[in-house]
Amino acid sequence: MKFFPLVWRNLLRRKVRTIFTLLSVFVAFLLFGLLMAIRAGFTAGVTIAGAERLVMIDKIALINPIPLSYLERIKSTEGVKDVTHANWFNGIYQDAKNFFPNFAVDPESWLRVYSELKIPEDQKKAWLADRTGALVGVTTVRRFGWKVGDRVPLQGVIYRRPDGLPWEFTIDGFYDADEKAVDKTQFLFHYDYMNETVPAASYGHNMVGWYVIKVANPAESEALAKKLDAMFENSSSETKTATEKAFVKGFADQIGDIATIMIVIATAVLFTILLVSANTMAQSIRERTNELAVLKTLGFTDARVLRLVLAESCFMAAVAGILGLATAWGLLTLIGDPTNGMIPNMYLTPRDLALGVAIVVALGVATGCAPAVQASRLKIVDALRRN
Amino acid sequence: MLSQVLAVTGVNLLSIRQRLGASAVAVLGVVGVVVVFVGVLSIAEGFRNAMRTTGDEDTVMVMRSGADSEMTSGLSGEHARLVAEKPGIAADSAGPLASPELLVIVNHPLRRSGTDANVPMRGVEPRAFAVHDTLHVVEGRNFVPGKNEVIAGRAASKQFTGLDVGTTVRWGQNEWQVVGIFESGGSAAETELWCDAKVLQAAYRRGNSYQSVYAKLASHDSFATLKDALTTDPQLKLTLIREPEYYERESETLQTVIRTVGFAIAGLMGLGALFSAINTMYNAVASRAREIATFRALGFGSVPVVMSVLVEAILISLLGGVIGGAIAWAAFDGFQTTTMNFQSFSQVAFAFAVTPKLLALALFYSVLMGLLGGLFPAWRAARLPVVTALREL
Repeated sequence: MKFFPLVWRNLLRRKVRTIFTLLSVFVAFLLFGLLMAIRAGFTAGVTIAGAERLVMIDKIALINPIPLSYLERIKSTEGVKDVTHANWFNGIYQDAKNFFPNFAVDPESWLRVYSELKIPEDQKKAWLADRTGALVGVTTVRRFGWKVGDRVPLQGVIYRRPDGLPWEFTIDGFYDADEKAVDKTQFLFHYDYMNETVPAASYGHNMVGWYVIKVANPAESEALAKKLDAMFENSSSETKTATEKAFVKGFADQIGDIATIMIVIATAVLFTILLVSANTMAQSIRERTNELAVLKTLGFTDARVLRLVLAESCFMAAVAGILGLATAWGLLTLIGDPTNGMIPNMYLTPRDLALGVAIVVALGVATGCAPAVQASRLKIVDALRRN
Repeated sequence: MLSQVLAVTGVNLLSIRQRLGASAVAVLGVVGVVVVFVGVLSIAEGFRNAMRTTGDEDTVMVMRSGADSEMTSGLSGEHARLVAEKPGIAADSAGPLASPELLVIVNHPLRRSGTDANVPMRGVEPRAFAVHDTLHVVEGRNFVPGKNEVIAGRAASKQFTGLDVGTTVRWGQNEWQVVGIFESGGSAAETELWCDAKVLQAAYRRGNSYQSVYAKLASHDSFATLKDALTTDPQLKLTLIREPEYYERESETLQTVIRTVGFAIAGLMGLGALFSAINTMYNAVASRAREIATFRALGFGSVPVVMSVLVEAILISLLGGVIGGAIAWAAFDGFQTTTMNFQSFSQVAFAFAVTPKLLALALFYSVLMGLLGGLFPAWRAARLPVVTALREL
């Protein structure tokens, strides 16, 4: 530590270069943070979706509804711990741009199956009792500034009221979750409200979009899925059941290589920027080879010179890198998803954060080591003579 | 003045050879930014191309009023027939050019992942081929009405498994024979499967209902005529939209996502590359301090010195821009893939498009980077006190 002033003076000798190197390293790590968050956004569901939940959809297409009458049959199947269902309502709030997912669900069983949702007890009670009530994720609540008790109209696109008016909901409560990867943009309301309003003969009456089944023993998920599908085979609505993980992954696969491609190119370039800044950092040390020789003449050991040089490069990498990661984290926390609900779960996972810090350290060591080792190998006389 | 500029710039450029490493690094930085910039935006361009070529200005789509897409629309066979009789629709010897269509989704595995995807399947009547006149069967033959036969778009056949002529596919309890492959100028329709509307209605228990009516307008201005006729009919609650507008609207969300993310990433990377360009030029100026001072001592003005540094910076970034553009073009142009279009909830195939416009934009961007990157160092070079500089090093 006693040599810190020396390190500090070295950093200040070419202020402009130091500043711009710091800035480019900063940008590189800021980008790294954002990219990892986007990647996490695309795969978020996959990481938390467990094997203890199965999703059952229509075999032919996800958009085809399946009969509500399957509920009892699923419930009474051995190995099924709990079952709930949902319909993709696709209601529009004021304008199609204000997209957020809205589902018609069976409230009680939904909250049992999705036990990770955290709701204040009084709000939960109010929602369960209110037929036209809605439970909304905190992200969407913040986006529109809603308060408990607000009336929110959604224009039905798939499900229409007989009078053609928008559906009215009362916000009864908000949900949150400890796990960041849980989607906090959903708008949930009572299936009964929708089902009883839609005329008996029209599309979607007594039909559900999909079932979510909680299994008693996750090890038997696959077998149970097969058994359930076999039950409805050759009926008018055949089903396809898979673990929630497989379902979410299949969905991510549909979005496809775009996310992967973007991340691959961006990562490649990220390392180009790092390479460029690393080169500048190493260059600034190489320029001072003769000074290192002077230090050695004064009696500094090779190890001490190496430590001094490493201290300098690591200090730069750490200041800029950590600041970059912190800024990325701050931006994601403050602004969140810039695409209005299309990538709802953008956040920095602890794993990515750790990876970022590891790259910071690697950058510092790599840029300092090469010139320092080079310098230590030089004979003092040769080094002094250089230039 | 000009001769001074040329002389200093000439000396400057010739001396790049001695600073090859640093200059190469700066070029590399710009290359990276341009590759990302062009690469990411070529996704948005390609997607837009596919959606845009899908629409014909004089074809309109009639849907249930309030429907935001074909998928959520619906109208009865009776209403579809009424629409076809309205004025403003072109006709040929076989009757009005109006095609009622049914659009559903089937689960079918993607080639790239083996997992199921939402593949759009369209049921049409023979009139459809007169309305969608850019669509041609290029392999096999067209389906026979009344039979469980499908024709697959070129892109669908490439992106999904087992959709070649002669294969049989099974969705639910129905078996379908793939009898042909069609092309439609690279439009989004090429991701679809087409079959007979009546067969599809039966297979999907849709009764005699459709989701939309595509109609060719008698003339470009017949839109208003048809619109009046539809809105004044008390039996019908329908809306109409020109095809290109519809597809533009359908692709809005995905384009916004790609553009927001693309510009943000490319912008930040540009910033990073800008900083390293500035660093490189500072180093260049610093290492040539004595040389620059000599010029100044010989009576060269500061403008030529500034110009020479700027020219070098711009050339470096232009070179990076050209190389980056070429790499992006070679790597991405024409790359075929599909993605999920959330607005139609089904797969759309498209090819990445590195358009000349995009390349021009990238070059402009890289020149701008060079200009900004060279500015500070150039200024510094011009203000270098001659005596100190000569003494430096």
